[in-house]
Amino acid sequence: MIGTQAQTIAPDELQPAAEALLAAGGRVRFAYAWSPAEGQVEVRYVASVPDRRDFEMWVVKGVRELPSLAAVFPSLGWYEREIMDLNGLRFTDHPEPYPLVLKDSGEELVNAIPAASGRPRLPAIDAIDVQQLPFGPIRADVVESAEFTFVYVGEHIIHYHPRLFFKHRGMESCFEGADPGRAVVTAERVSAVGSVSHALAYCEAVERAAGCAVPVRANALRVLLAEMERIYNHLHYLGHLCHTTTLKVGEAQGKLLEEKAKQLNARLTGSRFLRSLLVPGGLRRDLDPGEWLGDALERLREEFGTYAGKLENSESHLDRLITTGPLPHRVAFDQGATGPVARASGVDRDVRRDHPYAHYDGLPLTVPNFEDGDAYARSRVRIAEVEASFVLCQRVLLLLEPGPIRVGCKPEPNVEGFGWAEGPRGGVYYAVHVSADGRLARVKIKSPSFSNWRAFPFTVHDTNMMDYAINEASFGLTIAGCDR
Amino acid sequence: MALWTLFGLASGKATTAWPGTGDDSGQTSVLGMPRYNPAACRDGCAECAAVCPTHAIDPRDGGVAVDYGRCVVCQLCVEACPSDAMTTSEDWAFGVASRQDLVWSETGARSQKPATSERKAFRRSLHIRHVDAGSCNGCESELQALNNPFYNLHRLGIFFTASPRFADLLLVTGPVTHAMLEPLKAAYEAMADPRWVMAVGTCAVSGGISGGNYASGTGLEGVLPVDLYLPGCPPNPAAIMEALLMFLNRAPQRVSGGRIHG
Repeated sequence: MIGTQAQTIAPDELQPAAEALLAAGGRVRFAYAWSPAEGQVEVRYVASVPDRRDFEMWVVKGVRELPSLAAVFPSLGWYEREIMDLNGLRFTDHPEPYPLVLKDSGEELVNAIPAASGRPRLPAIDAIDVQQLPFGPIRADVVESAEFTFVYVGEHIIHYHPRLFFKHRGMESCFEGADPGRAVVTAERVSAVGSVSHALAYCEAVERAAGCAVPVRANALRVLLAEMERIYNHLHYLGHLCHTTTLKVGEAQGKLLEEKAKQLNARLTGSRFLRSLLVPGGLRRDLDPGEWLGDALERLREEFGTYAGKLENSESHLDRLITTGPLPHRVAFDQGATGPVARASGVDRDVRRDHPYAHYDGLPLTVPNFEDGDAYARSRVRIAEVEASFVLCQRVLLLLEPGPIRVGCKPEPNVEGFGWAEGPRGGVYYAVHVSADGRLARVKIKSPSFSNWRAFPFTVHDTNMMDYAINEASFGLTIAGCDR
Repeated sequence: MALWTLFGLASGKATTAWPGTGDDSGQTSVLGMPRYNPAACRDGCAECAAVCPTHAIDPRDGGVAVDYGRCVVCQLCVEACPSDAMTTSEDWAFGVASRQDLVWSETGARSQKPATSERKAFRRSLHIRHVDAGSCNGCESELQALNNPFYNLHRLGIFFTASPRFADLLLVTGPVTHAMLEPLKAAYEAMADPRWVMAVGTCAVSGGISGGNYASGTGLEGVLPVDLYLPGCPPNPAAIMEALLMFLNRAPQRVSGGRIHG
């Protein structure tokens, strides 16, 4: 696959290969299955190796039963379960061989097979004083749907189990049979608050498959859009975090700044979510940031500076964040945490720097890192990233030269490509397979929230109810991105 | 805390005067539904229908049929159209009481007048229970924005409530995934009469991009009785506000025959 170094590998070589990769400091990022032709099946593993700009890909062909790698890379557990649900393959010795994506009503769907050990069950609780609280999938406030089960004594949470995928929309299947150029519209609708990063990773994948070179101006503007996406997302994050620590004016100000950023988005692109611009080959139309955008971003940066300074001086706010929901470095790595969540736990990784794409190579990129892994560290990473994003935006505006913004980009039949982007929540990856008729045969989406939801429960067990909402907000998770 | 109190006071009012007196709805340059002008169509051309990802545009009798209840505002038809029959617009306020009013028609006439007498008592106090039935989070992002200081929705007497028991209006987003169908129905069943349903976003109106695939339904049609439709991808906060005011008879319905009048 273009964008990766692919090698075919036998099922019994998987385990040693995974162990060797882990010893070298690498990580299998995700896995997926697809069917290259009627009755055939392939499982693909995508891995990153330290100090290497491209990715490694292992291809396992023609096997319907594979050894689970979850014991080496726990983060793969969910990907394997998803493959079992949606592709009907089996992973032997899987530690949690239960359905993940499809609910009870979904058994007749696709070719899902019931897991050997049936549906997962929470342990029976017969201890006095231990209570069980199922919460959701419809919860208080305007939030996304998911069901959380708390097992607790008084304030103390003993066990926490999120049941996600109520919102599984089958987005990957929406690409199948579509025109590769136009399907970017679908990528923009996987996770609205990650419209640019999803579209960008998708476009990069198609462009690699087609071997087309995106014009400089389009790549520069893509960076501008991606950083503006980060800014409005992180502003929302900070406002929402204040909501959970009941810092009312802080919440109002954070959300007001988010609104200002979204209005800037609309003024620049016609969309508050920066949609309808990216396309394989460049941009659908040129943008004219003129002088006004630089000035408006600078004013917003000043307001943000004041706001962030005030947050740093609000003891009631900081008291609720410091030591809350610590995610140890080891857990962050093992469970595949990504983005600001990983960088707050000392996992120093950012695909903008480690696997440069678009126009990032050569831009002054700072990647903030913290070691503490608590809610405070997660919010500090985001504050530092907003500052860095403003710098990047101004640099792009300074360097922007007139020029073409789009080249033809039509992949040949039977090609495949891999693309990635660092979204506001972490790494977004797209693997794209083009069929014999030039249409999309399979698109795999690896979204950051799928990774971070996997890590999040580890920070909830053995904490207390009062911290839960703060901790959840400090992760900045989306459910649409996870469930797809 | 004194720090924030002073800051809040010194910052002054951030809320827009719209829709009362001011005209700043906050949506400068936001693109809405593409405007359809069949007079500009070339005979037998259906380029727009070929690129539409949600069949909002279908070839029909040498021309096309346009259903804005299916439009995801992607603007692909505008780019594909060779003759300016589809043009960009800022027509994003597309709230209607009848699904039929979203379908483009020659006359542009209103399909029916909604029953309103029951709603009088709720004009200045409406409580909404939101249910996410499988959205991409775009509609939630805009619904959450309604309570930011710029829009400040509750100044209009419209509130979000935690329990369907306290709710007058069930506001649904998303195409209704199979897993969310039962919880959604349960939320509706838990509401006391009189109760109403609003479909927010093109997914809830007609299914959107994923509508009808192995995991998604095709919106609220046939699931719950819908009193208010607001397509958009996502509808922006001002569009949601305008639709809610329209529902409460505090603003007129401006859309019929698939276009905005006045």
